[in-house]
Order: sequence, then C-alpha cells, then structure tokens
Amino acid sequence: MAHESSYVPGNVVEKWIDDRLPIIRWSKEHLMDYPTPKNLNYWWTFGAILAFMLGVQIVTGIILAMHYTPHVSLAFDSVEHIRRDVNGGRIIQAVHATGASMFFAAVYIHMFRGLYFGSYKAPREILWILGVLLFVLMVTTAFMGYVLPWGQMSFWAATVITNILGAIPVLGTPILELLRGGFAVDNATLNRFFSLHYLLPFIIAAVVALHIWALHVPGNNNPIGVEVKSSRETVPFHPYYTMKDLFAVIVFCIPFAWFVFFAPDILGHPDNYIMANSQVTPAHIVPEWYFLPFYAILRAIDFNILFIDSKLGGVIFFAGAILVLFFVPWLDTSKVRSGTFRPIFKWFYWLFVANFVFLTWLGSAPAEGIYVLLSKIATAYYFIYFIIVLPLLGRFETPRPLPTSITESVLAKHKAPAAAQPAAASTSH
Amino acid sequence: MIKTKSIIGALLVSMLFAAVPAVAQDHGTPEIKKEAWSFAGPFGTYDRNQLQRGFQVFKEVCSSCHSARLIAFRNLSEPGGPEFTEGQVKALAAEYEINDPEAEGGKRPGIAADRWPSPFANDQEARDANGGALPPDFSVLAKARGTTQPFPWWIFNYFTAYSEGGPDYIHALLNGYVDPPPHGAEVPEGKHYNTYFPGHALGMAPPLSDGLITYEAGETGSVPLTVDQYSRDVASYMMWMAEPHLVARKEAGFQVIAFLLVFAGLMYLVKQKLWSRVEH
Repeated sequence: MAHESSYVPGNVVEKWIDDRLPIIRWSKEHLMDYPTPKNLNYWWTFGAILAFMLGVQIVTGIILAMHYTPHVSLAFDSVEHIRRDVNGGRIIQAVHATGASMFFAAVYIHMFRGLYFGSYKAPREILWILGVLLFVLMVTTAFMGYVLPWGQMSFWAATVITNILGAIPVLGTPILELLRGGFAVDNATLNRFFSLHYLLPFIIAAVVALHIWALHVPGNNNPIGVEVKSSRETVPFHPYYTMKDLFAVIVFCIPFAWFVFFAPDILGHPDNYIMANSQVTPAHIVPEWYFLPFYAILRAIDFNILFIDSKLGGVIFFAGAILVLFFVPWLDTSKVRSGTFRPIFKWFYWLFVANFVFLTWLGSAPAEGIYVLLSKIATAYYFIYFIIVLPLLGRFETPRPLPTSITESVLAKHKAPAAAQPAAASTSH
Repeated sequence: MIKTKSIIGALLVSMLFAAVPAVAQDHGTPEIKKEAWSFAGPFGTYDRNQLQRGFQVFKEVCSSCHSARLIAFRNLSEPGGPEFTEGQVKALAAEYEINDPEAEGGKRPGIAADRWPSPFANDQEARDANGGALPPDFSVLAKARGTTQPFPWWIFNYFTAYSEGGPDYIHALLNGYVDPPPHGAEVPEGKHYNTYFPGHALGMAPPLSDGLITYEAGETGSVPLTVDQYSRDVASYMMWMAEPHLVARKEAGFQVIAFLLVFAGLMYLVKQKLWSRVEH
C-alpha cells in the first residue's frame, strides 16, 4: 500500500527496536493507520467477525482438546464428561460446536458480499482466491471436527464423505484408505481426524495473514466499487473501523449467545447423541446445515454422463461447485465492480442467493420424488450463474452511470435526505 | 442506511439457518404435539418435585432394563436437579451392589461417587433378556430423540429456542401404544404397536399403567397416578439426566445476553460519536 509511514519512535527503546525489527512500525501501519474507504457498509464488518470467530474456535478448541479423548470407545463419553464435569465445559463445548455454525454463517455472508460488490475483480484476484482457499480449509476442518464427538451422524458423515473420494478413478481407493487409516472408518480415522482438526486452524490462520496482506496491497473494495482517489476518501482503520467492527462483533455475539445458552443443540442432529455404531445406519444421513447446499449438488447427479458414472459425476459437480469459485475473477467479464450499478446482474444475483438457500433446504430433504428434480434444477442454476450468466452479462448489460469518486457518491447520498428534511440536517451532530 | 435489499439478504441468510433440521419425517408417524415443560424457553427451570417423581418412575420401572451409565449417584443431590439430600443419596447408593474387582468377593455396596449400575453386564445380555431388542442407555437419550414440524413451523423453533423435542417424543411414545393394533397394521410376534415409533413395531411392552407407582409421601393426592403423569415426570427426569446443568446454563445466558445488549448499545454510541466527524 502506497502511504507514508507516520510512525516516529517515541523513545530510545522503540528506536532501538525499530532499527532491528520494525514490528511496531509495521503494526502501526497495518493495524492502525491502514487507510480504509470511508463508505463501507455493515456487510464489510464480516471480515472482522470472521477473524473473531477463528480466534473463538481456536481458543475453545485448545481447551476442549485438553479434556477430549480421541478413541472410539471413549470419545463420545469424553465429550459428555466435558459437558458434565469440566468447569465451564458445557459453555466452552457449546461455544465451539455452535461457533462452527456461526463461523459458516459469517463466511457465507462475507462471500456473498464479495460476489455482489465484485470484490474479486482486478486487482483483488489473489485476495479472492485466498478467500476461497480459506473456505475450503474451513469446510475440511469443520467436517473433521464434526466427526470427533463420535456420534451416529459423526460416524456416518465420515463414512459417506470419505466414500466420495473413493469415486476418483485409479487413485480413489488408495486415498480413501490413507484417509481412513484402514478399510473402514474406525479408530485410526478418528485419530488422524483429531490430529488434522488441530492442525488445520493454524494453517487457516496463516492463510488469513496472506488474505489480509493481499487486502492491504490494493486496499478495500467499497460499496460503489470505484477505487479510492484521494486520502480524503479514506479514514485510518483505527479507530474508525476497529470501533465499528467491534460493535458489529458484539451484535453478532447476541444470536451466537442465544444459541449457545438457550438452544445449543438446535443446529445439530439428535442422532449425534447416539454413540457411533457401524451396525446401525441412521434413517437419514444429513450433514450439518452449512454443507447442505453442496450435499444437494452431490446428490443431484444420479445419472451417468457418457462414461462417467453417477457417483463420480456427483463428486465432479460437488468439487466443481467450490472450484468454480476460484475462477470467478475471470468468469465475470463486467468492468463494473459493484452490483448496485448493474441492473440486470442484480436479478441474477438475488436469484442465485435464493437458489443457494433453496439448495440448503433440498440438502436436508430426502433424496426422493420431487426433491431430486428440484435439486437438479437448482444445481443447474448454480453452475449457469458462474459459467454462462457472469461471462455473458458483461457483454450485454448496460451498467448505470458510476459516480466518479467515493466523495461524489457520499455527497449525493447526503444531499438527498438533506433536501427532504432541511431542518433535521441543520441540527445534525 | 438500511436498504430493502439488505433486509432481504439478511432474511435469506437467516433462512439458511432455518433449513437445518432434516425435513426427514418418518412416514406414517403423526406429528408429535409440543407439551408444556417447566424447563422450556429462556427462563425454564426444572421442577424439583417433578424430577424426584420422575426419578421414582425411572428407578422402579425403567432402570430394570435401561442403563444410565453417565449418571453418578452424587448427581442426584447436585443443585438444579432432583436435589435429594446427601444422606438420601448415600442411603440410595448403599442399596446397590457395585462390581469392584478390588473388593472382597468382587462386589461392594455403592457410594455417592459411583455411577448408576447397569441392569445387564453387556449389550448381548440385554438383548437376550429383551427379545433381541437393545434397551437404549438413558444418559443422553432425551437429546437423542426429536420431533419435526412441517414447514414453516420449524422456523419458529429457532426464535423460541425449542429444545424439548426429546421429552415431547418420549411423552408421546409412552402414551402411543395401541392394543389391539389398528386395522391393517402388522405387528410381528413379541413387538408392540406404537403410533409414534418409526415403523410402529416397538420391542418394549407398555411399561406404565395407571396407578402402577405410588408417589412417595408429600405428593399423595395432589398428583394424578396416570400414565400421562408418569410419562411427563419421567421425560422431565430424562431431560435432566441428559442436560443436568440446563438451569445454570440458561441463567448464565440471561446475564450474557443482557451484558451484550448493553455493551452493543455503548459501542454503538462510541461508533456514532466517532463517525459523526466523518461524512460517509
């Protein structure tokens, strides 16, 4: 980022440190002075909320790992031991389990915000790609974490999802056996999942650092998608955005606390309170809600495509649904970033959002009857949006005129209400 | 500045949450009614007398087949539960023989720290004694069962913090026996027709009947001795076994949310004051 460092070492000690490891200078530049567009709305607070959630999950997770036993005959009871006998354990466990859901709720909002405001467009492609990578890491971590309580859904989710990898030609079976540590999901699987579940969050934290680095080079996108033109259009990150983000984090904690304290199990499945049993298959194997859209896509492919059988086809679409996100910066051909100025895009975008919610619901419905057909239609639109709509819309759509700068947009916004209520405007503080 | 579309977006996202419970309805089982429970909702607490009655039902009826391996005798005197006195718990524990390889003869009388003894030595013995069906452990059973509501009613569950699907199911199941089975229903030998059990063929014979248990002193006369009452009491007790710290959790939640609301209000003012200097 091209701005002068305003840091002046305050005393000899700071000077001494600054000459050797300018970490205070770096912190001041990136954590405090970082110039941020002044017109960001509340959808932009989800970055901070996600950073907060990662912290919550790591801290609660480390404490849980002190009391958890990764063994098939002990894991289930050790989680109950945490809830019953560990001081504060029931809250720490509930925060961690519910936290996964809140983390995903926040990440979906963050991603949909990026999709609406075109935050993936040049020069922010790497920022977006790192974000998709973070999502993939989150999915993997959450999946492995869900296996650890070793309930019925844990076990069968592990079985069904690892089975997916078995569909890969040639390499499928070796990968499957490596991942499971045997021919079936068993103690070896639980042990490696526990180990990896502990490792991955730290990799996530490292990629988050890269994600923020990639953010700080071009600076934030903003709701009008017009680049910052002068320093008067930005405010220092601290205190303006630290305080706004803190406010947003606390508001986010209210529904979070609601679930933790009043309905800690409502986001899970009752079957996970039955200890894993490889001899009894649950009536309906359902993943956690945040995987449902992708689960619906996986199940929608129940037909063979040429030489590709339906199982592999499902895996290709399932993986493709996430992989396609990596290419969004090049699939979207429109020069205009913000969806606000794209009249036709908006329709497709909101249809995409509704379709995604619909896929979530379909993922929880049994794979039979009308649901199968609906899943196919919804899956089709998911891909059509990225592969057909985004590339073509850039060519055919006439965007609305863009404001020339953030300043102009801000002035226009303030003029409108001021004209309507002159009295209120003159007394505004 | 909140735009209509932001609201629509927020609504859609909250619907993502709402999509959670599998719409997986077991075909042919009627919808289970939500009962009134003292421990429901943000301000719910257990009714101590009800837990004591439920414990009596569990001890005298259920525990002859069902284990509760995570429950220790000492839990029965802990705050927020049935709250028997420590003396009562010690006396109760001493009634049971506990397997202990270090004791003389391999057995010794129970103490408060012991877990509730299981009625069978292992799953196979339990199956053999119950016509091949395994009586499930009661420790967390109240949370391992649930109910489903048709769309859109389940959406409200997230706003009412509905977490009593287990007790609702247990109560319905215990009152759901139909003998003889309805016309056209096939029930295999040794099974019992139950309206609410998935598949309807339940291995457990109706365990309760009116007047089966006489509640201990203090309750006589005021509480009906009916299957409906027994099943409510035992379902509450099972919920306590599954969630012994429910009351403390909800009390803490009330404080946490009150704190967060005040903190959010203050942070909003901080943010407003700060940003009032910036045209944005």
